[in-house]
This record gives sequence, C-alpha cells and structure tokens, in this order.
Amino acid sequence: MPRDVPALSRIPGVFDKLKAAGRKALIPFITAGDPDKASTVPIMHALVTAGADIIELGVPFSDPMADGPTIQRSSERALKHGTSLKDCLAFVREFRARDEVTPVVLMGYANPIEAMGYDAFAAAAALAGVDGVLVVDYPPEESVELTGKLRAAGIDSIFLLSPTSLDQRMEEVAHLASGYVYYVSLKGVTGAAHLDLTEVARKIPLIRSHVKLPIGVGFGIRDGATARAVASISDAVVIGSRLVQEIEASPPGQAAANVGALVAEIRRAMDAQA
Amino acid sequence: MQMTDLPDRKGHFGPYGGIFVAETLMYALDELRDNYERLRQDPAFVAEFEYELKHYVGRPSPVYFAKRLTEQCGGAQIWLKREDLNHTGAHKINNTMGQALVARHMGKKRIIAETGAGQHGVASATVAARFGMECVVYMGSEDIHRQAQNVYRMKLLGASVVPVESGSKTLKDALNEAMRDWVTNVEGTFYIIGTVAGPHPYPMMVRDFNSVVGRELLTQMPEAIGRHPDAILACVGGGSNAMGAFYPFIPHKDVRLIGVEAGGLGLQSGKHAATLCAGRPGVLHGNRTYLMQDENGQIMETHSISAGLDYPGVGPEHAWLKDTGRAEYVAVTDDEALEAFHAMCRVEGIIPALESSHAVAQAMKMARTMPKDKVLLVNLSGRGDKDMNTVARYSGLTL
Ligand SMILES: Cc1ncc(COP(=O)(O)O)c(C=O)c1O
Repeated sequence: MPRDVPALSRIPGVFDKLKAAGRKALIPFITAGDPDKASTVPIMHALVTAGADIIELGVPFSDPMADGPTIQRSSERALKHGTSLKDCLAFVREFRARDEVTPVVLMGYANPIEAMGYDAFAAAAALAGVDGVLVVDYPPEESVELTGKLRAAGIDSIFLLSPTSLDQRMEEVAHLASGYVYYVSLKGVTGAAHLDLTEVARKIPLIRSHVKLPIGVGFGIRDGATARAVASISDAVVIGSRLVQEIEASPPGQAAANVGALVAEIRRAMDAQA
Repeated sequence: MQMTDLPDRKGHFGPYGGIFVAETLMYALDELRDNYERLRQDPAFVAEFEYELKHYVGRPSPVYFAKRLTEQCGGAQIWLKREDLNHTGAHKINNTMGQALVARHMGKKRIIAETGAGQHGVASATVAARFGMECVVYMGSEDIHRQAQNVYRMKLLGASVVPVESGSKTLKDALNEAMRDWVTNVEGTFYIIGTVAGPHPYPMMVRDFNSVVGRELLTQMPEAIGRHPDAILACVGGGSNAMGAFYPFIPHKDVRLIGVEAGGLGLQSGKHAATLCAGRPGVLHGNRTYLMQDENGQIMETHSISAGLDYPGVGPEHAWLKDTGRAEYVAVTDDEALEAFHAMCRVEGIIPALESSHAVAQAMKMARTMPKDKVLLVNLSGRGDKDMNTVARYSGLTL
C-alpha cells in the first residue's frame, strides 16, 4: 500500500543493514518507460529479485546533456511513448504495491521538475514512495530550495561528485546531500568506456574526509569484475548504460528476464569479494 | 544593484541564468569564469580584442540611413547598423574572436562549437584558423542537410563538422553534443558557445563581446542625427546580436529596446520559435530562462524560416529584460520576414540574413504608424548570402 503520510527515506536503513553484513550496495539504473511503459515495473521487480539494493529510475528528458548515446536512445524510446514525470511517479506507486522495502531514486534533469513545480513534485514523490532524487543539472548552489522541500517530505537529495570536484565543492555537497553521494568515476558522459580504478581509489578517501555519507561509484562499470573492484573501495556500485544496452538488445517481453540475469551475475561477482 | 551590473557572482539575472550543469562541468566553468573575470579587466587583453575587431573583423561597422525603405514605408526613419559588413558576414565574429582570445590566454588548443545555420560554426572555424587551433563543429544532421554551403565553408577553413543524430537533429541537440564533448575533453578544449545562452559565464561573456555593437551606436547615432534613436530593434534567436545592441542602452530609458522573435507560421499555429512571446520559464542548457516546452517539461521542436532563430530557449538576460519591462519582445512570421527580405534587396540593394529580416519587418511595420521625425535603428545582424537556397525554395525555385 502506498503511504499517505511521508515516511523517512528507506536509503539509510539499507546502507546500515549492508554495512552490518559486510556487503556493498548494488544500484542498477534503468530509464522509465523503456522500451515501453508496461515493462518498467516488471523490470524493477526483476532487478530486486536479482539482488539490487536500490533502484535508480531515470526520468526521460528530451535533452539529456550528460548522457552518452545508449541512455540518450533509451530516453528517446521512452519519450516516443510519452513517458512523463507523472508516469514515473505512477510506476513507483505501482512498484510499492508489491515492494515496500527497496528504495527508489528518481534520476533525471531539472526541467520536468520545474514544470511540475517543487511543492507538487515533493508531495507527489513522497506519496508515490520515492526515497531519493538526483537531478543531474541541479548543482548544490541551485538546489537549496528543492532540497529543503524534499527533506521535509522525507526524501533524500543525491548529488554527484566528479574527478574534477575540488574540496570546496565537496563541502557544498556535504551540506545538502543525504542518502548517499554518487561519484562519477570518469570525465565524460554515461556509457563511456574507461574507468580509472586507481584514480577512483585515490579520490574516495578525499571524498570521505568531507562527506560522511555512503559513496556510490558509477559511470563506466560494465561487468562483474569491475563492479567487484569498485565495491572493494566504495559503498555502492551504480550500473546504468550496460543494463540499458541489455534492454535495448532484448526481444519484446524479454527485457526483465535478460536484465535480471545480468544483474544477478554482477551481484554474484560482487559478493564473491565480500 | 543596477541592471547593467548583472549578472551576480553566480550568473543570475533576477531569477534567470545561473549554472545548471552536471558536476563534471563545474570545474571547467569555474576555470573559465576566473580567467574571463581577470581578462575583461586587463587593458592588454581589451586592446588585443579591439585590435582584432578593427583589423580583422573590419570594425566599426557603419550606420546607414535606409532612405528608400523609409520612403516606401512613409513614416519613421529606418536606420541600419551594418553588422552584415563584418568579416564572415554577421555579428557572430565579435563573439568568436573574443572567446578565441580567451582560449589562447587559457592555453587551450582545441575549439569546439555548436551551430544551427552554420554562421557561428563558420565564425568559429574562422578564428580557429586565424590562431592555428583545431576546430570541431557540432551540427544537427537536419541542419547539415539544409545548410550544405556553410558546411563546406567550415571545411575549407579547416574545421571538422560532426553530424549530430540525436533528438530533433537540430541546434539544441548540437549544443547537447558539444557539452558532452566538453565534459569528456575538458582539459585542453575550449567551448565557444554561439549566443548569450548556456551556463554562467557564457551569457555575460557573449554579451560583453557583442556589446561593441551598442557602444559604437552610442557615438554613431548622435554623430549622425544628433541624438539616440527612439527604438533599437534586433532579431532574437538566442539573443546575442540583440543583447550586444541593447546592453549599452539599458540605462538610456528613453530608447525603446525591441527584440523580434521568429513567429514562424504564426503563434497560434504552434510552429514558431517565439520563446519569450509564447514560452514558459524552465531550465535548459545550463541556465534558467524562457523555453518552448510541453506541459511535462519536455523541450519542443521549434520552427522558423531562419535556422539561426530556430532555438527553443533564449538568453537569460532577455528573460529578465522582458520581466522587468525594460525591453519588449514581439514576433514576426516567416512570410513577413520574407517580405522584408525582398524589400531590402530591391529598395536598398542589401541582401539581409533571414534572421535580420525579422527585425527589418518589425521596423517596417512600426515605421508606417510613426511620424517622420522618429528614428528606428535596426541591428542588421548579417548578410543573406547563406539564405539563397532557402529563399529560392520558398519562391518555388531550386538553384
Ligand atoms: C545573421 C544572424 N542573426 C541572428 C542570429 C541569431 O542569433 P542571436 O539571437 O544570438 O543573435 C544568427 C544565428 O545564426 C545569425 O546568423
């Protein structure tokens, strides 16, 4: 049952449990409405069954400036069916009918939220059972107002940090962020090929000295081996483009099964390390 | 704070502007802002820019009394600021020259740019050649198709033109792709944005470089007619030629500032690019401004006969000038712009860019209703050689 009053985000509890068990979080990303609206909720359940700890649900946008070709195409497919922010909230609500525990983070761009309005969005997201929001093109200095409204609605604001983030920016993020922070492990857009593990390993302690939240790492993670390596130096592994690619390549009706199998394989690789 | 002191440190013009980009780009924008803040105060840099404007671009551009066009309209005087006479044929070079100099000072050797009609791409390729820099221009595959001649010009100038196949395959998608390139190659690459849009400091920097237009007018018009014009008119796509002409006049409250948007097939048709006339505020391409968007906040495809005005956003400073009432914004249809284009050709012997023809059309409309001692100054942002194919097609011809 969807909640009527905003409860607290499920995200901290998940990280606490994982920490106690000595495990790392696996956070898959999919674009809502890709390949069609009916597939999204079944794919979300399949991700959980396969071992996902948190789901990042991409809200499609016409101008995904920070995304590479794979996620761009997924947004175009979703928009072809008219998938809107309202639809994304409806997907989460529907997902909550069967899953009351897995946190869902909406990830997307500013304008659909601007169009809905901060108050309406915060209220609708809380009602739907959203736990976190990551707006790619709201840096901390432009998101004080929204962050405040989301916090009041029991929703975490997730922020990105990048290889080029200086100490001062980490401080700014530390002030506003809750849930976890998302370290973008390379210079570039989503789906790019190269992940520099040494650089990630060097940066994470630096981030930890400023930000006391769990740190997820994403961008460029494509297989179990990389996921395992990243898990060993961070708190969470985010995988997006590789999964979206799998969905793109799946015959009609097969996306949930295929993406589930891939996530299960990555989960096994990650846990073998733990 | 005075309006001319805007933007604030974070790039805001009232509620508009700002920096809305992914974290990966913040460092590059900080670096650019710090360098530009330093250079704009540096007399040696200013002198270097002015030297290039004079000897390479061919400034100052003259003001010209369009006597026969004025007579044809039978009312207020129509004067033209001849940005069409600049090297490469438009105001765009004022900005690309300025940014190329900033790039040089920052030690960047690779230039990237987005382009719609190809004018900004040509102006970027030109300055890159001038300074021996690599140049990559992103252009929607639809536009490449429509603007084959400018694509060839860019190639002659040594630039590579990368077709953009995503989204609507037009200017906005080219801008997205250029941003993606910049995020990926942020160290050695300088992104020359072609209009007063994008994240801070671009709207300010592009305005500053184009403000040479308005500064020249501040002395040219008093020299010519003993006073400032009653109104300054300029077409508005992203808004760089308009901002350049308007900015020095913001404190001169007796001068009306009129931005002319692309009304396409008419505002009722929905097929237009009149963002300030018919759009709503939102966030796109790194700033908050008016946008053409649907009820779900998705950016809409726009239409204009002129590729240079075919953009679903507009510079944030224009958004603020609109809200504060300091500037007025109107729309002119494809047909009206074409009519002004032909009038200019036949009556004045000047082939104007289709973009600029929008401003001319509005001036003609207004002149007819105003007395003969009133003066309208049109910023003729570019020449129309690039538009031969488009105009011929609208006249049912193929060249
Ligand atoms: C001649 C000319 N005028 C105007 C524009 C529109 O740009 P802006 O509104 O930035 O001046 C263009 C763009 O390509 C142009 O080529």
